[in-house]
Amino acid sequence: MVALNHYLVLSAILFSIGAAGVFMRRNLITILLSIEIMLNAVNLTFVAFGRALGSADGQIIVFFVMTVAAAEAAVGLAIVIGLFRHKESLNPDSFASLKW
Amino acid sequence: MTDTAFYLFAAIAIGASLLVIAQRNPIYSVLLLIASFGALSGLYVLLDAPFVAVIQIIVYAGAIMVLFLFVVMLLNAPHEDTDYDERVHPLLRPGPMKLGAALALGLAAELGWALSRGGDTGAFGDAKVDSVAAIGRSLFTDYAFPFEVTSILILVAMVGAVVLARREDPR
Amino acid sequence: MPFGITPELIAQITIIGVVFFALQISAAVLVYMERKVAAFVQQRYGPYLVGPRGALQPLADILKLIMKEELRPKSADTLLFYAAPVLSATAAFAAFAVVPFGADTTFFGLLDRPVHLAAADVNVGLLVIFAITSMGVYGIVLAGWASNSKYSLLGGLRSSAQMISYEISYGLSFAAVIMLAGSLSLREIVDHQAGYWFGFIPQWYLFIQPVGFFIFLTAGIAETNRAPFDFPEAEQELVAGYHTEYSSMSFAMFFLAEYINMVTVSAVATDLFLGGWHGPFLPESLGWIWFLIKVGALLFFYVWMRWTLPRYRYDQLMAFGWKVLLPLSVINLLVTAAGVLYFGA
Repeated sequence: MVALNHYLVLSAILFSIGAAGVFMRRNLITILLSIEIMLNAVNLTFVAFGRALGSADGQIIVFFVMTVAAAEAAVGLAIVIGLFRHKESLNPDSFASLKW
Repeated sequence: MTDTAFYLFAAIAIGASLLVIAQRNPIYSVLLLIASFGALSGLYVLLDAPFVAVIQIIVYAGAIMVLFLFVVMLLNAPHEDTDYDERVHPLLRPGPMKLGAALALGLAAELGWALSRGGDTGAFGDAKVDSVAAIGRSLFTDYAFPFEVTSILILVAMVGAVVLARREDPR
Repeated sequence: MPFGITPELIAQITIIGVVFFALQISAAVLVYMERKVAAFVQQRYGPYLVGPRGALQPLADILKLIMKEELRPKSADTLLFYAAPVLSATAAFAAFAVVPFGADTTFFGLLDRPVHLAAADVNVGLLVIFAITSMGVYGIVLAGWASNSKYSLLGGLRSSAQMISYEISYGLSFAAVIMLAGSLSLREIVDHQAGYWFGFIPQWYLFIQPVGFFIFLTAGIAETNRAPFDFPEAEQELVAGYHTEYSSMSFAMFFLAEYINMVTVSAVATDLFLGGWHGPFLPESLGWIWFLIKVGALLFFYVWMRWTLPRYRYDQLMAFGWKVLLPLSVINLLVTAAGVLYFGA
């Protein structure tokens, strides 16, 4: 029988994978994708707990998290486009100096 | 039967996520992430949340990932360019390996410690599929204020994205 | 019976098989219908050599497509190049899986319990169709990218941008129907449309929601990239858009996906607005005949549109989707909501 713990462990693993992607990759788009992985891991935790506590609140919070993730992805990608146009590079290290 | 389904979806989700962060080509990363979202959607169905499962596909896999795909295709810069040797895999380069891996492992260890200390949360209770009507009712009564604020958030994000991505007018 | 294989299970599997093959046959029939209708609109004969009145023409087309040489541009991304048509066709078939096409039936008393006439019956069926339709965008955008050619990339990006723009109006128009019916399950929406007013006007949502029907059908035509919204794949404009570099079976898969998407949009429109399988003179168990007739009528309308209307230019198309259709669908939703509140549905 699959208990709540299984879902929490899965969610922790996904979150760590996302965090590893943010720390270790040097490509802006892959970093944004890893952030999405982390957000999804959190969504899974919310829904699992909502189910365990028998309330619909978990699903409603997930609804809001998804909306915020969509807005953040849109603005983040617009920023990436602006940065790329300036430096022709997607490596965060090339934006290390404060000078534009 | 549901156990097999859980392990299958969990394996797909973890495998696809690992491949996402290990791919050189961002297009493959995006596609693998879509596969991961599909597996997560299956997990939501197993957790008796069909509405969340379907909007995961519609919003995440169907809209946000299309946005990512468009940006990757339009920017057309498929490979990471760094000061290091181009042929070395992105995850094996010296900088990321030293600090990034340590941080990620530290996070994983912390999460594992927190989970092992938690009490026995045990099995789930009875199945009670919250119908979409119940979620909608709750959304418009208890959570009406966050709902309206979210719509303003989306408006702000839309305007922001258009302004930020606009080409400077060389006049 | 061993291993819990009940008659209902066998019936269900049979229904799934029937739906699968019926979709493929309907694509073939559509090929023929398109060419014949095009011919009559243009005052010529159309295919008449192969079979009686050219009825076996689709078979000849399929044989030709199978036997053509399979080409691939050298610098194309192999995995994505071959995965894209498969993705398109899979999404097309999967979307039809949750569309019910008949009332519950016991197959003339062979079964103990009635079984639903649909490949799968889900109680959030309408959202599932919407979700799978949004996945269909990937086949096109990946085909455009993987071909590694200017025409394909432009066509693919334009086509997918068009599809995701019209998805919003598509969704809002059936949100109004959901409000009227109070359920997301297509079967229940159809059941709300049984019965007659004044004895002879059927209680279809078409009569309560004419604007909604117009928006749904327009958005559906734009979603399936058919004329007058087919700029991204028009022969005169962009060579052939995202499927320029494809030949033989891969092209056939895109072709198949487009026709099956047409069938799905018509079937969903029939279930939502035209009363599904309810109709006079036939018993409920033969309601699928009415369903076929209504879907056939909508498909004829589709083909007729293609050969009658001139094509929209891409910027006109996008402007129409965002500046006309979207506000119209929002107003439709508001008016429907006001009506439901006032009249108590």
